[in-house]
Amino acid sequence: MEGKEDLNFESASSEMPGITIRLEAFEGPLDLLLHLIKREEVDIWDIPIARITEQYLEYLQLMKDLNINVAGEWLVMAATLIYIKSRMLLPPDPTTPAVEEVSEDPRTELVYQLLEHQKFKNAAQMLYTREEVENAVWNKPPVEILESEKDLVAVSLFDLLNAFNEVVRRFEEAQKSMALEQEEVSLEQKLAEIRRLLLVHDTILFSTFFSQSPSKRHLIVTFLALLELVRMREIWLYQKKAFDEIYITKGKLKAGTA
Amino acid sequence: MELSDLQPILEAIIYVADEPVRPEQLKEIFPGESFDKIETALQNMVQDFNARAGGMWIREVAGGYRMTTRPEHHEYIREYLKSKPGARLTMASLETLAVIAYRQPVTLAEILAIRGKKSSTALHTLLEKKLISIVGRKHVVGRPILYGTSKEFLMHFGLKDLSELPTLEEFAQMAGAQL
Repeated sequence: MEGKEDLNFESASSEMPGITIRLEAFEGPLDLLLHLIKREEVDIWDIPIARITEQYLEYLQLMKDLNINVAGEWLVMAATLIYIKSRMLLPPDPTTPAVEEVSEDPRTELVYQLLEHQKFKNAAQMLYTREEVENAVWNKPPVEILESEKDLVAVSLFDLLNAFNEVVRRFEEAQKSMALEQEEVSLEQKLAEIRRLLLVHDTILFSTFFSQSPSKRHLIVTFLALLELVRMREIWLYQKKAFDEIYITKGKLKAGTA
Repeated sequence: MELSDLQPILEAIIYVADEPVRPEQLKEIFPGESFDKIETALQNMVQDFNARAGGMWIREVAGGYRMTTRPEHHEYIREYLKSKPGARLTMASLETLAVIAYRQPVTLAEILAIRGKKSSTALHTLLEKKLISIVGRKHVVGRPILYGTSKEFLMHFGLKDLSELPTLEEFAQMAGAQL
């Protein structure tokens, strides 16, 4: 596009965040045109294209002066306006046979586009009003139905010990082929770690919980930390059916409130 | 079961529900009752409930029935809850949403043609808020994604269904008068 270099507009999308001011007043070139047409109180079917084009370009210049990021579509519209203006200046083609219908007004397509745009602006306004009404009503906050209150089975201490035993057994098996550095961990550290994990995950499978433990001491500390959190009601342990996998989930009490 | 026995139960269920209650869901709870009877009980109950002109009302939203406060009391409720009005959608998002609502299923290119402006940011916001969803791909070159409005859209704007939206023709007439 020729005008691009001349006007030195940034062609980057206006939707790209940057230090330049974002254009909020007029959402797009069609909005600016509608604004100009309304301000000039001109007939949409007889737009004084030369005057409107001039004003449109003035706005573009102003936007450039204000360092507003001007997206490509603004330049496309400028080009369209200039094209329509030039078409209107041209005398009718004398070679065109007279029997042919009167050539279409070069502005027509733009007018339809503007009307279409205004139509959807009106629809958006209707949505805005509806949203306002909806923002003014409340419905009852959702009832907290814990999964354990549905059809889940509470985990007994024996289930837990069994599960832990299984974890230890698997660990010892894996241990035969692994030589890992022994790192000490305190109960406090482990508690903090579990709380952090539960911030990210709603539910954790008991068996995978221990998979990262580098030592048997780690396993035991983790297990004790879990028991402590159950006691403080920060977490719940449940099964989907008896003797099934054990899941760990957040309890009703937040960390530190117990 | 008599209609008079059914009605209070339906009212109670609508009260505890987190989402609009559809008549089909109620049918599941009363397998012995006919669908027509449940519908009649539902309509009677809603009519009686709303005739009270109390602080709550039951409305048809997103294909179901929902109990909410009445909008006219919002100032007092806000005062009690010490809450501020929630973040509103921007005009750019609302315009994009209007295009999607009336032209669905629609592609990004088709939205651009109507708005005369790139709309990917607005589209992203709408997807994030689950007001629109991907409904498929258009069978043209490049197979562009088609977007449509969601159930969340109906709930957000308190609409029973899409047919409750005014027709585009009304907005066109309005546009003609404005310009």
